Amino acid sequence: MTAKLDIGYIPLVDAAPLLVAAEIGFAAEEGLEIMLHREPSWSAIRDRLAFGQLHAAHMLAPIPIAMSMGLGGLPLPVDALQVLSVNGTVIGVSRPLAARMRERGVPSDIMAAAAVGRALIEACPRPLKIGVPFPFSMHAELLYYWLGALGLHAPQQLTVRTIPPPRMAEAMEAGEIDAFCVGEPWGSVAVEQGVADIVLPGCAIWRFAPEKVLAVSRSFRETEPDLIARLMRAVWRAGRWLGDPSHHMATAEILAQPRHLDVSPEILSRSLEGRLIVSAEGEVRRIPRFVEFSASAAQFPWRSQALWIATRLSERLGADPADVARAARDVFRSDLYRANLGPIGADLPGASEKVEGSLDAETPVSSSLGRLFMGPDSFFDGRIFEPLPLS
Amino acid sequence: MTKPGAALRIIVVEPDAERAHQVVDALRGAGDFDVTVIGDSSALSRRVVELDPDVVLIDIANPSRDSLEELTIAAAPTERAVAMFVDRSDDAMTTTAVEAGISAYVVDGLRPERIKPVLDAAIARFKMVSRMRRELEATKAALAERKTIDRAKGLLMAARGIGEDEAYTLLRRTAMDQGKRIAEVAAAIVTAAELLK
Repeated sequence: MTAKLDIGYIPLVDAAPLLVAAEIGFAAEEGLEIMLHREPSWSAIRDRLAFGQLHAAHMLAPIPIAMSMGLGGLPLPVDALQVLSVNGTVIGVSRPLAARMRERGVPSDIMAAAAVGRALIEACPRPLKIGVPFPFSMHAELLYYWLGALGLHAPQQLTVRTIPPPRMAEAMEAGEIDAFCVGEPWGSVAVEQGVADIVLPGCAIWRFAPEKVLAVSRSFRETEPDLIARLMRAVWRAGRWLGDPSHHMATAEILAQPRHLDVSPEILSRSLEGRLIVSAEGEVRRIPRFVEFSASAAQFPWRSQALWIATRLSERLGADPADVARAARDVFRSDLYRANLGPIGADLPGASEKVEGSLDAETPVSSSLGRLFMGPDSFFDGRIFEPLPLS
Repeated sequence: MTKPGAALRIIVVEPDAERAHQVVDALRGAGDFDVTVIGDSSALSRRVVELDPDVVLIDIANPSRDSLEELTIAAAPTERAVAMFVDRSDDAMTTTAVEAGISAYVVDGLRPERIKPVLDAAIARFKMVSRMRRELEATKAALAERKTIDRAKGLLMAARGIGEDEAYTLLRRTAMDQGKRIAEVAAAIVTAAELLK
């Protein structure tokens, strides 16, 4: 019997697994009819999910964790069933700031996060005003991590403001912000409008940062285990389909539709191909693994990823260490990933936690099918994050 | 936050002046409130902090809503001025508000019985205004379809030398055969004609 599921998303390239699952038949194969709802904001998605108007949603990885830690407007339990995408964000600066950075010498290697960061810190006003889409986002976490490590600290020297992605270019033109960190295609759109230069991809800060997750309310997950399994399978297969480079063009066409992102397929294909135009002069930068949907078990919700996010949030905002551990254990459902996706061919890693940031290159790891390669997953400053054992 | 007993300070964030006016009227009718409207949502969170309200009402579909989330993570817990429905004692009210398309940010610790009349009034007015907007959109869409059908009829009459009634019959029959709406067939004809110009 066909079951209908209402699923919310924000118009971004990394909503692709949900749009593809709905549009290419992966959902239909599981007897699911997905009603896609394009939502106006992350708060709206979160509230509609929490109050049952949506069954599942595209969500910034830190939101379910923040909710379980009682941070933010609506502390309700929401589970992250799997990771939808790894990385896929860019940092852009206003054109005048880009010019000042160039005067001081910017490296030609767009992955050189430390050098780019130092040039930015030398050239930028104080405090540096940066726009992010949501207070609980990898955008905010990566910025605090990157600039903090280089010596620029909030709130005296750094102000992080929340700006809806489609307003990012406008806010920059109005002088509300000097820089932004945003998910594609909105960085490329700002370049296209001649407002900003892209100076760094998010993946240069952390090579394997979980960006979006598939989120459901805990009560729905508990009452509908079969529907949850079918949804996870459909989305997992959509992610695997997206991992095949020969599908980039079709993906761009699906995302480009007016009812979805309403942005030209050419701009959308830049992030899918990892080939960004970074300035109005048309300079091109190749960024391998700019956004990852499938390879290296990208969809596996590592509890250590959740712990990294929870630890960063608690260091900045203050939280009980017990909440931090709970956020990882209860929210990132590596157990459900194993139970529901192992039987259909997902190569399952041997553990559900890893040392984050230890791999500089692709490395074979132990897995259920023996074919899993992980990494690179390093942080730009070479630090590692070793989760404390869960008590 | 205002002192106990003083009029609640309410901010309505709404770019549509007419809709804002309606909500303000409804609130004034419901009690003694100090109501301010913010129409332009640039730098929204800073302006809300400056006005120091007890309640902020904002359309759930307003894309600038996310900037209000910043206010829920102010540096010190005592400065956490606003949070959405922090008192979760009344889930029914919250659900009704979400369904009506309204979100409210309420000062931590404000008693539910003081918020209820504000929300009741806002919810009623939001529902009415949303219905009026949907009706207006439906009327506009119907008018646009009517225009497309008239253009398609004109194109058929010119191309095939037939009368208006016959052109309409042809459109209707084609729509029935293809299991489409007349407006869809008409739109296809208009598009094709423009391409073939």
